[in-house]
Amino acid sequence: MWQQLYSELKDKNFMVVAVAEESRGTDHARPWIEQAKSDYWQLIDAEHRLEDLYNLVNVPQAVWIDEAGRIVRPPETAGSTDHFRRMDLKTRTMSPEDQAERLAARQAYLDAVRAWVITGKHALPADAARLNLPKVTPQIAESRARFRLGVWLRAHGRAAEGDKQMAEASRLHPDAWSLWRQAADLDEVGKASGPDFWKRVQALGDKPYYPPAKL
Amino acid sequence: MTKILTPTAEHDVAAHDGLWMSPADAATVTGWTLKPEGMCRAELCVPLPASAVGTNEVDVAAFWKKLGGPAIASDQRDVWALGAPADERNAALEGLEAPDFTLPDVNGVARSLSQLRGKKVFLATWASW
Repeated sequence: MWQQLYSELKDKNFMVVAVAEESRGTDHARPWIEQAKSDYWQLIDAEHRLEDLYNLVNVPQAVWIDEAGRIVRPPETAGSTDHFRRMDLKTRTMSPEDQAERLAARQAYLDAVRAWVITGKHALPADAARLNLPKVTPQIAESRARFRLGVWLRAHGRAAEGDKQMAEASRLHPDAWSLWRQAADLDEVGKASGPDFWKRVQALGDKPYYPPAKL
Repeated sequence: MTKILTPTAEHDVAAHDGLWMSPADAATVTGWTLKPEGMCRAELCVPLPASAVGTNEVDVAAFWKKLGGPAIASDQRDVWALGAPADERNAALEGLEAPDFTLPDVNGVARSLSQLRGKKVFLATWASW
């Protein structure tokens, strides 16, 4: 997904780290990774540790980190848009206008990463970066612990008990799409984008599924 | 044995009645050491109620709740997850130092963010689902 960007910039002291939030594990993620033919890091995060550490809620989200290991852009949507919400569910297609807008938004995000690597543009000063950090609440902290327990129980043949923990994790942190969708996928591949997913998306109303990055 | 999951590790510990365990096991699981002042890490000590300390044992579930972290048990109470306290996560992020992590690549090779110090890093998530 990021290979072109990486190929262009890898001689400029730049690295892409793509992390698969994939509780089914490495073998499940492997076909996508092989297809990407990438030479940046492709890591597997079966327990969604990165989401716990960085307070992430969806995929794809990105964090920009500078040479000193400091966060210069807190978690944000990595170029995806809400155009999919208007697609024709029967044919699974978007209007040509929506497709064009979607591509343009993605391109704009990639251009922003490029500009940052070359000129430092778009890196936020510390105060602004702090202001944009989503806060971890005690409910979110409990949600992460329940999710971790749920993944473990599922992986050890205790699916019903694991599902119960995961359902509670989603109830405590309803904005975390990656928790709900991962649990749905563990239940059955495909369920994460099935009818229940669309119902949840519709219930968002005017709220975004992918809040646009404020570039 | 009781299985305890922390944000980055798993431990098998001889615990009873929840998470009562030896101070040595408590230190391995939590990184905090039982002292007369309470549970201590570096210069910091968290006092414990008398009800959470016994003869050569300590109630880690009670300590963890005092710390402000979630301690969640499976139905059979044989597997526990100790989550990071919200305050700890917020303080780490507000410091703006990108939290380090170690995860395997597709060949099982462990990679750490800290290995990339000196480079700009675009860290992005994805999933098949």
